[in-house]
Amino acid sequence: MIQVRNLVKTFGTFTAVNDVSFDVAEGEIFAFLGPNGAGKTTTIKMLTTLLRPTSGAIELDGLDPQTKQNEARKRFGIVFQDPSLDGELSAAENMEIHGVLYHVPRKLRRQRSEELLKLFELWDRRAEQVKKFSGGMKRRLEIARGFLHTPKILFLDEPTLGLDPQSRNQLWTHVKKVNEAERVTVFLTTHYMDEADRVAHRIGVIDHGKLVAQGTPKAIKEQTGKESLEEAFLALTGSTIRDESAGSADQMRQFARMWSGGRR
Amino acid sequence: MSAIYILWLRELKRYTRSRVQIVASMGQPLLYLFVLGFGLGPVFQRAGNGDYRQFVSPGVIGMVVLFSSIFSGLGLLFDRQFGFLKETLVAPVSRLQIMAGRTLGGATVAVLQGLLVSLVCVIAGFRPVHPAAVPLALVFMMLIAVVFSALGVAIGSSLQDMQGFQLIMNFMVMPLFFLSGALFPLNGLPKVLELATSIDPLSYGIDGMRAVLLGITHFGAFTDAVVLVAVGAVLLVIGAYRFSKIEI
Repeated sequence: MIQVRNLVKTFGTFTAVNDVSFDVAEGEIFAFLGPNGAGKTTTIKMLTTLLRPTSGAIELDGLDPQTKQNEARKRFGIVFQDPSLDGELSAAENMEIHGVLYHVPRKLRRQRSEELLKLFELWDRRAEQVKKFSGGMKRRLEIARGFLHTPKILFLDEPTLGLDPQSRNQLWTHVKKVNEAERVTVFLTTHYMDEADRVAHRIGVIDHGKLVAQGTPKAIKEQTGKESLEEAFLALTGSTIRDESAGSADQMRQFARMWSGGRR
Repeated sequence: MSAIYILWLRELKRYTRSRVQIVASMGQPLLYLFVLGFGLGPVFQRAGNGDYRQFVSPGVIGMVVLFSSIFSGLGLLFDRQFGFLKETLVAPVSRLQIMAGRTLGGATVAVLQGLLVSLVCVIAGFRPVHPAAVPLALVFMMLIAVVFSALGVAIGSSLQDMQGFQLIMNFMVMPLFFLSGALFPLNGLPKVLELATSIDPLSYGIDGMRAVLLGITHFGAFTDAVVLVAVGAVLLVIGAYRFSKIEI
């Protein structure tokens, strides 16, 4: 379903993704793990038409996302790592816009929107402006929105960041459900190794832009001779802490926070 | 089409919800209208140009439409920073439609702002000489709005963050306003200034409004309309192109 060959992305002299190749089969749940700044999000951005690769080939359901952008976009849904909601609009309105952009028919849109908002316990606050939501609620809304249409491939970029255990549990149950019932291929990233161990069929570990290991959770543990995935992950990627440079987006958010009196 | 509509609607909803912004954006034009209107009025009258408030009102309306439409285009920067832009960019909708929805939404908001300030002008004593031509003035308002929304989107697509904002404000938006003849008649200017005013698209928008509302014109209403449509078309193409090249 996803095919990546010798993918490279450089920003100036910095190589964010360096010669990465992997395959994800249809109906598979693939976890893409790596320390901060390893190249996970950059890879997802290239897979989802937001960035053009420097070199290498990508196929989503047989389509090149660079040349067949719209066709490719019809195949996938994505929950982003950082916020992508419109804070001025209500939860229901954010869902509605998403449904319209993804051509979900009106009736189905309303029905699914209700189901999902109820599932993620946002139904009572659906008419409220999103900027008034707490971090966890925003996150839940992003996730609920990601499930509004049924894509062939679902990208989840650190979906559980900032979620409480209840919501996390709800999320993974739902991911497994759509994976089993609708054969949705799932490509996820997370920093929680136990989640990856529990949910993923296969795992790829990326570090410094290079894929350092690939296989089932069991195989990766065996390969490194460790008991848990966490230990295996540390064995593969070392234990030094990585810096991620603050992008212009973060600087801008700070700027905006300054002006809105800390409302956001 | 539904994508264009929903994004247009979004701009409108955002506008009607930010009441503070609506009031704030009226501050500057009101200063021009009242302070300049009354302050320069006597001089203007003595120079034989008639009532300055009559003269400056279309200029102030044009100014509001200019500011409002450019800012809504630059709203792209905020969307980029708060992430909503990503949501629209990965959707299975052509970027042309997304850009169209945004531009039309921004233009609509700008026209609404223009109407609001028109109302204030009328309250302040502005009286169109040709009331029947008010719909035509509205057409000019829309043209100005589309031209500068498209320009705003083109610039917003090319900037990464708000650091360039002051630059745009001081070296583009303000010159566009001051060189447009919003505040002074375009007749008998020094050569350099005349050239500058004649390449400013806003000059044609304001001149067009004056032509239909007051019967005074520098370029002629038809020329005004033709120039605005042509510039608008070019800017829409540039805006759409720049927008299609956005990477996050």
